[in-house]
Amino acid sequence: MATSTDPTSAVPNSAAPTAGTPGRLRASLRRLATPSLVIGAGLVVVITLFGLIAPFFVADPLAISNLGMAPPSAEHWLGTTQTGQDVLAQLAWATRGSLLVGVIVAVLALFLSAFFGILGGYLGGWIDEGFSLFTNVVLILPGLPLMIVIGSYVQQRGLLLIAFILAITSWAAAARVLRSQTLSIRTRDYVQAAKVAGEKPHRIIAVEILPNLLPVMSSGFVFALITAILGEAGLSFIGLGVVGTQTWGSMLFYAQNGQALTLGGWWWFVPPGLMIAALGCGLSLINFSIDGIINPRLRTAPKAARSVRRAEQGAERADDSEATTKEVLA
Amino acid sequence: MTTLTVTDLHKSYRLRSGARVTTLQAVKGVSLELSPGRTVALVGQSGSGKSTIAKILAQLERPTSGTITLDGAPVGTRGRALAHYRDHVQMVFQDPFASLNPFHTIAHHIERPLLLHGRATRANLREKVCELLERVNLSPATSFLERRPHELSGGQRQRVAIARALAPEPTVLIADEPVSMLDVSIRLGVLNLLARLQREENLAMLYITHDLATARHFSDEILVMYRGEVVERGPADDVILNPQAEFTRQLLIAAPEPGNNPRFLAEAQRRGVPMPDHLALAEENS
Repeated sequence: MATSTDPTSAVPNSAAPTAGTPGRLRASLRRLATPSLVIGAGLVVVITLFGLIAPFFVADPLAISNLGMAPPSAEHWLGTTQTGQDVLAQLAWATRGSLLVGVIVAVLALFLSAFFGILGGYLGGWIDEGFSLFTNVVLILPGLPLMIVIGSYVQQRGLLLIAFILAITSWAAAARVLRSQTLSIRTRDYVQAAKVAGEKPHRIIAVEILPNLLPVMSSGFVFALITAILGEAGLSFIGLGVVGTQTWGSMLFYAQNGQALTLGGWWWFVPPGLMIAALGCGLSLINFSIDGIINPRLRTAPKAARSVRRAEQGAERADDSEATTKEVLA
Repeated sequence: MTTLTVTDLHKSYRLRSGARVTTLQAVKGVSLELSPGRTVALVGQSGSGKSTIAKILAQLERPTSGTITLDGAPVGTRGRALAHYRDHVQMVFQDPFASLNPFHTIAHHIERPLLLHGRATRANLREKVCELLERVNLSPATSFLERRPHELSGGQRQRVAIARALAPEPTVLIADEPVSMLDVSIRLGVLNLLARLQREENLAMLYITHDLATARHFSDEILVMYRGEVVERGPADDVILNPQAEFTRQLLIAAPEPGNNPRFLAEAQRRGVPMPDHLALAEENS
């Protein structure tokens, strides 16, 4: 009777104990830091910092002065509005407002999509049928018209209310993606093995399934953030946005009302427009990189890495043929 | 010790394609008994219902009809009774690349069943995990604790899966094609490990496979399945050497068994290739 150690599997045992974890971490970070991720994250971080810090240093954004429609100068870096308000101050507060709306909506949408998608997908049966039906109904609701209807129906449009309206119209697509992913993961052997080990359903969802959904969820989160900020800008621009909080959309709304375009006041509407474009661009770039991480087929490897991989594959093929000859002889 | 008895097990699936509903009979009237210290092999081609039986015994699927008893008592299907059943019956899955969660460390995979079945406390958890890893020949165990499944080879992963199945200290072990996804060169090592653990623990084992040679070598009794039915059963050597059912004969002809082929053995000897044990053994027996 042979001893139960086989030489082939004993070799990797002895090799490479858990040395150099920080090095490995750094290497995987370097692998993930693609140009699109670096640029996207850079844009988002700069805009976020601006929204967080700048409001503390600027003048009162609502203070009216006699200096109306003044172009950029040393005193007013981004000029003034028709009523003499400082555009830079407004932009700082508007950035904070828009980001706040975006984050609240994205968090709400994440929770809603996770609840309906993951729970329905895991439990199956009638609950899944019901959740799917509800998700599909919400999915085909036309977003902006619904926002307009609700927005014009409600008189006191606070920030939370607008965020809530945006959230209930934007979670459905992510829920469907999460449901299909959960359906796939639910049948994997490691979930079955956890069941056989005696894990309770809530722990299977939270500990075994949820971590494997993180990439999908983070991409959904970023997507919800973009849609929310754009949606809020759209609502504000047509005058149905948040009352009492400045956002990029409300700046554009007032610029439009104040006839900034006809008066040639580009400094009033270009900055908020640029901010929306830059943030949307940054978040999209981040989303593309997440996609690249989730979906290896989209992964673009640097040339050196590719040639290394090809060499490894060659070596594997050689191993395989060796194994085959052994098999034939055995 | 525990005996798992399965009587007249049926399982059918309803298949819906459009408005038409058909039923697929996956398992038709299978009975078998798993008793301590004995290995029963379930042999058959793909789709013959082998894995369905494994899933039913692991209570991942419900049988359409039939009874499963543990020491004569019908087994519970929910709550505390199910937990008791899982204390006794554990399973090793076919694909070690799918049966370990890529997100979690090796330690996590072994810790959870230990804690869930009260085989370890928080205080001696680490120690117990290392003990189990050493038992499945993963040493030094501490070097495996914090690694993730993708850092391990197929054979190492299957050893982790075996350690996980052993963590609740079961008395019945179901091995669903435990080596079919592994490289040929390491299959024997894993099978020998299973055989050793079975001897040490006096486990009742169900070994599901489509490989007649290993079924004969590692089991006491062989059940041959064809399209959901057991077409032949008996002591391992009888079934292989003196097959009664037509399907068993076909299986034997289809299986390339170099151990029975003098040309292969002579060629191997001439080249000085070391013989795996079961072939050498087969030579002695025949």
